[in-house]
Amino acid sequence: MSGTFVGMPAFPEAAREALADSQLRHNLAHATGTIRAKRAKVVAEVADWEELRLAGAAVKERALRDLDTQLVRLEETLTANGATVHWARDAAEANAIVAGIAKAHAAEEVVKVKSMVTQEIGLNEALAEEGISAWETDLAELIVQLGDDLPSHILVPAIHRNRAEIREIFRSKMAAAGRPAPDDLTDEPAVLAAAARDHLREKFLRAKVGVSGANFAVAETGTLVVVESEGNGRMCLTLPEVLVSVVGIEKVVSRWEDLDPMLRLLPRSSTGERMNPYTSVWSGVTPGDGPQEVHVVLLDNGRTRALADEVGRQALRCIRCSACLNVCPVYERTGGHAYGSVYPGPIGAILNPLLKGVGHDDQTDSLPYASSLCGACFEVCPVRIDIPSVLVDQRAQVVDAHRGGVPKPEAVAMKGAAYVLGRSRRLSVVERFTGLGMRFARRFGPAAWIGARDLPDAPGESFRAWWMRTDGGRTDGSRKEDGTDD
Amino acid sequence: MTDARTEILARVREALAGSAVEPVETRAPRDLAPATPEVVDLFAERVADYRAVVERCGAEELEDRIAAALPAGRVVVPPGLSVRVPDAIVDDGTLTAAELDRIAAVVTEARVGIAETGTIVLDHAPDQGRRAISLVPDTHICVVREDQVVPDVPDAIALLDPARPQTWISGPSATSDIELDRVEGVHGPRTLHVLLVAGER
Repeated sequence: MSGTFVGMPAFPEAAREALADSQLRHNLAHATGTIRAKRAKVVAEVADWEELRLAGAAVKERALRDLDTQLVRLEETLTANGATVHWARDAAEANAIVAGIAKAHAAEEVVKVKSMVTQEIGLNEALAEEGISAWETDLAELIVQLGDDLPSHILVPAIHRNRAEIREIFRSKMAAAGRPAPDDLTDEPAVLAAAARDHLREKFLRAKVGVSGANFAVAETGTLVVVESEGNGRMCLTLPEVLVSVVGIEKVVSRWEDLDPMLRLLPRSSTGERMNPYTSVWSGVTPGDGPQEVHVVLLDNGRTRALADEVGRQALRCIRCSACLNVCPVYERTGGHAYGSVYPGPIGAILNPLLKGVGHDDQTDSLPYASSLCGACFEVCPVRIDIPSVLVDQRAQVVDAHRGGVPKPEAVAMKGAAYVLGRSRRLSVVERFTGLGMRFARRFGPAAWIGARDLPDAPGESFRAWWMRTDGGRTDGSRKEDGTDD
Repeated sequence: MTDARTEILARVREALAGSAVEPVETRAPRDLAPATPEVVDLFAERVADYRAVVERCGAEELEDRIAAALPAGRVVVPPGLSVRVPDAIVDDGTLTAAELDRIAAVVTEARVGIAETGTIVLDHAPDQGRRAISLVPDTHICVVREDQVVPDVPDAIALLDPARPQTWISGPSATSDIELDRVEGVHGPRTLHVLLVAGER
């Protein structure tokens, strides 16, 4: 059973701790560097990548702008295909639905396809409380689950672990969860993958209930799509008698042909491959093939809140590729845990406040500031989410939520700056004392700011003073004693 | 208390109130010409890139090539396979997952091949069988005819029927979860052997 993000400190504090971990920084730099190079290579193969991004953004935007109609249509087509559709306003409702289905089949365990949404709602923990074991079957999720750890990346939740650490987790923890790791386990990735195969196979073969998310849900045809690599997804989607898929309402696309830009954009952006090894597509129940009882849980859990935000709603286009994490200079250094959410990195910095709302807890309110606004995330986003603009807007919303009461030092400083910069005479007075001010700040300034930054020496003369003295550089200024102000 | 469905749909409508539904062009660009010999070559090359085994042969050689590719152990075939595989178990839908786990290989046909991405799509028609038989055995021998190969993803989407279950396969099972290095062979078939057959069926 995995840990929980509940009670995580705000980003700056969590980041400081992460930055001190040199093993973590080494693992992250290596992994993100590898994936960035792979992505760049396969994206460069596509001549009209930018057009493809526009098409991908349009597919999602069109469905979102018409979401109520699309959802009703999806419910109709899924039902016609033999699936049972459930609706869940929040995590508790969704968890109760899944637990209810498992209990109706007297299942003591379920096998799970890697799914962000079931992590978001804490499904494993909720099922454990009902006495049902939820086995993660994706290799990285298995590493996180066995290690009683937290996910730190959307695509590769165990990105913070290197091969030696993974070997140790398998060696010490596999036995308690089922088939133990072999005695001769080495830290070769192929050997570790083989150990995971053997460990999970008995679970796949006996599972009665499978649980998944979905990458896409096609409204017109009642079709769900899961994109994966290892085959654990195919196992969970094919072998159990009962399948429950928890689907965020933003996963809907209108038409079958809308999958075209998405299936070209996602693998190249995500794992840096032309295509991921396996994509499963199913429309409800197929007699004689795969699960004969199929459930779909349509989940809100803050998505309608995000949809109501005119700037932020574009975040609902996200297809969870994690390209923005891999290019982010902040993520590369702090890793995912510092964001205190299953959605880390630039997308997490906007998605969490959008889903939860700002002004309620310091952790969420700190996330829009976890960025240098360099814009690399926007550049790589396959559905063109303008993350920097949303970050700035979210910052404004955080500031607005904290108006009234005792102003923060930053707010006081900004007020002061506005006053000084509002009149040139005020500015020139302040300019004369800049040198003195710098010396004072260096000595008595706030440690959190000064401790990590060098304050420059103030020049002896301001630009405006120099301009007045030398007539814009046309004289040497010797005829005047000093610059005068207007 | 209203039910979840009513409330979620009401929240969606409220969230969207006032924002116009602008018609957005969603047609994705396409840059490859229709299937040509070069497209078939590209398909073979791209499938091999994933470390799948790719062999090209004529229809008359197919039975021998399949026999040569089969590993030791039992083999299962779908009921509608058009090529003869001696001593194969023909799936009648009753083999359990545990029974399939004791079978070494499966031979199937395919619905479409995508050249640009090196992808084979099964739509689990009778010549490919139900999903479990091409999943549990460790070797998958897949027969693709040259006339089934299309240039790119949009061509495949246009051919495929969403009412059918589909499995898109790009190479053998793989993972990049350990230090983002790709390793072949996790839960799906660890050997993917593609026989690309010249001519039409």
